[in-house]
Amino acid sequence: MLSRIVCNSSLGPSSLAQLACSSLHLLRHVQRQLSTASTASAAAAAAPAESTSQDAADTLEFPGGRVPFTHNMEFLGGPLTPSSPRIPCYRTLDGTGKHIPDAVVPHDLQQQDAVALYTAMAKLQVMDTICYDAQRQGRFSFFMTCAGEEATVVGSAAGLDPRDMVFSQYREHGVLLWRGFSFDDFANQLYGNSLEPGQGRQMPIHYGSKELNYQTVSSPLATQLPHAAGAAYAMKLDGADTVAAAYFGEGASSEGDFHAALNFAATLGAPCLFICRNNGYAISTPANEQYAGDGIACRGTAYGMPAIRVDGGDARAVYCATRAAREIALRDGCPVLIEAMSYRSGHHSTSDDSSRYRTREEMVAWRARDPVVRFRHWLVANAWWDEEREKQLRHATRQQVIEALEKASKVAKPPVSALFSDVYADMPWHLQEQLQETLQVARRHPHLCPPDMPVQ
Amino acid sequence: MDSNDKALVFGEDVAFGGVFRCTVGLLERYGRRCFNTPLCEQGIVGFGIGLATQGYTPIAEIQFADYIYPAFDQLVNEAAKYRYRSGGTFTAGGLTVRAPYGAVGHGGHYHSQSVESFFTHVPGLKVVVPSSPAQAKGLLLSCIQDPDPCIFFEPKMLYRTSVEEVPVGEYTIPLGQAQMLREGADITLIGWGAQVHVLAQAAQAVADADGISCEVLDLRTLLPWDVQAVTASVNKTGRLLVSHEAPLSSGFGAELVAEVSRRCFLRLEAPPVRVCGSDTPFPLVFEPLYLPGVERVVDAIRATVRF
Repeated sequence: MLSRIVCNSSLGPSSLAQLACSSLHLLRHVQRQLSTASTASAAAAAAPAESTSQDAADTLEFPGGRVPFTHNMEFLGGPLTPSSPRIPCYRTLDGTGKHIPDAVVPHDLQQQDAVALYTAMAKLQVMDTICYDAQRQGRFSFFMTCAGEEATVVGSAAGLDPRDMVFSQYREHGVLLWRGFSFDDFANQLYGNSLEPGQGRQMPIHYGSKELNYQTVSSPLATQLPHAAGAAYAMKLDGADTVAAAYFGEGASSEGDFHAALNFAATLGAPCLFICRNNGYAISTPANEQYAGDGIACRGTAYGMPAIRVDGGDARAVYCATRAAREIALRDGCPVLIEAMSYRSGHHSTSDDSSRYRTREEMVAWRARDPVVRFRHWLVANAWWDEEREKQLRHATRQQVIEALEKASKVAKPPVSALFSDVYADMPWHLQEQLQETLQVARRHPHLCPPDMPVQ
Repeated sequence: MDSNDKALVFGEDVAFGGVFRCTVGLLERYGRRCFNTPLCEQGIVGFGIGLATQGYTPIAEIQFADYIYPAFDQLVNEAAKYRYRSGGTFTAGGLTVRAPYGAVGHGGHYHSQSVESFFTHVPGLKVVVPSSPAQAKGLLLSCIQDPDPCIFFEPKMLYRTSVEEVPVGEYTIPLGQAQMLREGADITLIGWGAQVHVLAQAAQAVADADGISCEVLDLRTLLPWDVQAVTASVNKTGRLLVSHEAPLSSGFGAELVAEVSRRCFLRLEAPPVRVCGSDTPFPLVFEPLYLPGVERVVDAIRATVRF
């Protein structure tokens, strides 16, 4: 069942397509040098030589491949109706966290891994809650939680290899947490202090980590998708056994860069995972104002890559789908699309109040489907977790996060020179001049400088 | 491609040799390292950024500078800021984007544009424009080796018309350095790309007809530009004329004039002047009137010298 859902590409293994493609390149190059034949004869020359007269009558030979003829006129697609099926949503645990008897679970979670997954999701919830409140108290300027999407983010993170390069959007800090980003690391970035790699240049939540293979977050949406395609292609050229994984929301998938990335990845054969968090909202815009087709998963097949829709609230299903997608990408040298259905339980950010565009009833209903609670029920049913450990974990995490924020608030800001460094590898003359001028301004008007920023 | 096996050349139609034959022979010599992409500029640049983050040296072609705009977000918001926003944790510095630009005689709105000033306004990018084959080779190799993302605008008019001896081996021309093409005493003429040759013609014309001695500078790199060479020249001559095909208003000439006015104010004998394209879309049948041709440059030289 799982393999049928996943491997529905009809174009054959991507590596073979790639070989045929480069042969075709060379053939076409030679053709152009030898003749100025018409399109039809050039296409015929490019076709395999063994077509029978029967085949020739029933199919169109075309530079993009062979297409069958039909004498019926039939329009495919259109508005979704009850009779036109949507892509089904893969799950292994039901809404209460109970294992579904026939569920295909190619990579089941043993106790240690399940507890690790749960622990990370619970910590993520605690950190999100405290940091959100800290922003409301004015400790730093901005924050975004991933409430409701913990299973999507942590489940997929666990399905990746730590060496896989992640290109995230902005709501996937659970991947960082899974990989070992400390509360201090998070807090330093939120405060923009001298310890954070970004040197206070970007807004909070724009984390990045070379050690943890997590590209620094940037605000523009979907721009990371073509990057991931290129990075994956580089890995393929290197013969590496890693993939690139790009995360994005269903809103970002409306951007042109989504189309660009999937088309490039599929056409060139890049082992890239495109992981869509369909969380129902792009700020205030519900998904049914974002697209008219069957969501995001169906677009994967249109670009020629395998795709799957998965229950984003089922950590085990997300984990399995991600691991399987990764295997396909490496084996076939192709991209894979995962659409994880979930719900953005929190506001878009600390600058948003979602009660202005959605009902309390809707939010309450979804909060009841908390993916962390759901997964906990499964652990508890397996006797892998209990109330006492829950209390201890939440309490300890609370303390650690609060401590980290306290500590980070006391670290000095980066020096004034950090305004001008890293624009280029070496500082050009005009930035050197402007740095000197700015230092003079800072000395002449000290109130323009944050109090703990070295004027140097 | 020879010295760096992580160098890749890609873009639309590069595999068969390219619409201007700039990539002829690369597929045969380097195989899969020269490849076609789908027709999508934002994809070309975004994909290139991704390659660069993995340590590759992507050399991306945009088929005409007129079509670079879909990639503007990737260039400005991503490539240019990649190093700064991550504190150097990650960079897109290995990326070079090449694009043919400029008047070609019959290109009209969408095959003639000069777009350099959109990019000289972007901290984090470098913008380079060669004026001849030997310059192109040395400057392009510098861009490819440069640790920052570079945009390399190739004056398409010169693909066929500019012929010169080019050294065979590998050599680079430093970025950020202008070149003096003609020494002079009365006025400094600054240009880049194909316009440099118009300036050279004008300089010769006024030398012959009026005895005016022009100093001609090929700026070569627009970002960062060679302030020392420019101010040294204007401090010597006391007069400045900047000329570019791009429309007058907010063109890169404005930046040069603003900085020179500030730095050389007391030395100037006349207001700096700009001889540029009109503030219109690039027209077809009006091209000779639109372009800052030798006639308009000569008129402006004379007016400035007689100010």
